Amino acid sequence: MKLKNIINELNIKALSGQDQLDAEVKGAYTSDLLSDVIANSKADDLWITMQKHQNIIAVAKLKDLAGIILVNDREPDQETIKKAKDESFPLLATKLSAFEISGKLYTLLKGK
Amino acid sequence: MLRELKADFHIHTCLSPCAELEMSPLAIIQQAKIKELDIIAICDHNSAENIPALKQAADEYKICLLPGMEVTSIEEVHILALFDEIESALQLQEIIYANLPGENDEDTFGMQVIVNVHGEVLGFNKKLLIGASNLTVDETVGTIHSLNGLAIAAHIDRDSFSLISQLGFVPEELELDALEISPLTSYNNALEKYNPRLPLTRSSDAHNLKDIGKTYTTLYIEKGTVAEIKNAFLQKEGRKIIH
Repeated sequence: MKLKNIINELNIKALSGQDQLDAEVKGAYTSDLLSDVIANSKADDLWITMQKHQNIIAVAKLKDLAGIILVNDREPDQETIKKAKDESFPLLATKLSAFEISGKLYTLLKGK
Repeated sequence: MLRELKADFHIHTCLSPCAELEMSPLAIIQQAKIKELDIIAICDHNSAENIPALKQAADEYKICLLPGMEVTSIEEVHILALFDEIESALQLQEIIYANLPGENDEDTFGMQVIVNVHGEVLGFNKKLLIGASNLTVDETVGTIHSLNGLAIAAHIDRDSFSLISQLGFVPEELELDALEISPLTSYNNALEKYNPRLPLTRSSDAHNLKDIGKTYTTLYIEKGTVAEIKNAFLQKEGRKIIH
């Protein structure tokens, strides 16, 4: 499913990377430990996290992730949003918790 | 005169909920003496309340003690702060306490015992010292430096509460003074694994008496002060870390 469709379906806000929303999302990974994401996420995953340090952008780029969803309406650090914009990488935000957005996304991607 | 001094920069006291109650001031200092440590730093979780008692004990046994703290950042990264003066550690404590939510549950996390030099109980700290502060790693390091302390990322080789476990890699912008490796990893393995641009220290992270000095850092310096240790980290003025 295309990232822009997911954003529309789940009412997610795009904070950056608006020109990258045509990307195809293949799965998702939920974790707040960046070492774990480096080890276990897959290319074209959406990454669900509450970690907002700027390292998240580097890790997401490294792993070719489709985007990052920050949960619980977390405000990203200034440097994080700047980096995401500089790299034109989709940094997304939701009011939902990691549990809720993971469940909705699972249903959307795999539930049918 | 420059000489080789053995330093364990990471020792907890009975104030840390996860530490053994045997970690009282005189017991810690006597054990440091037995292990022939020249310099120790006391780094309890998010608190410095046992430092005055430890300092008194260290003075009695003529061991150099650096007041310190193991701060938990909002990313749940542990950062060690090392100072020359107790006052600086207490100033850091004030800032951390203002940013540290929650209350300790002794049954779940353990007792947080404040003691005098003789190990007599003065009180129990009520804050959730095991919890995370609201300071980011950058703010934590900045605050430590503003108080003229050294900021060291704790046990980067561990898979929890370490800079690398939480943030994947050492952020380039973060102005740390050094990276600490735990007794789990040898110096050579750490070099190979992390290829660090920052100096490496080894310390015990002792939560009980027998672990004190389990690993330590040998410094070629005049004395255990922040300025001397910093020079050793930077390999300035003939000071260095001996691996």
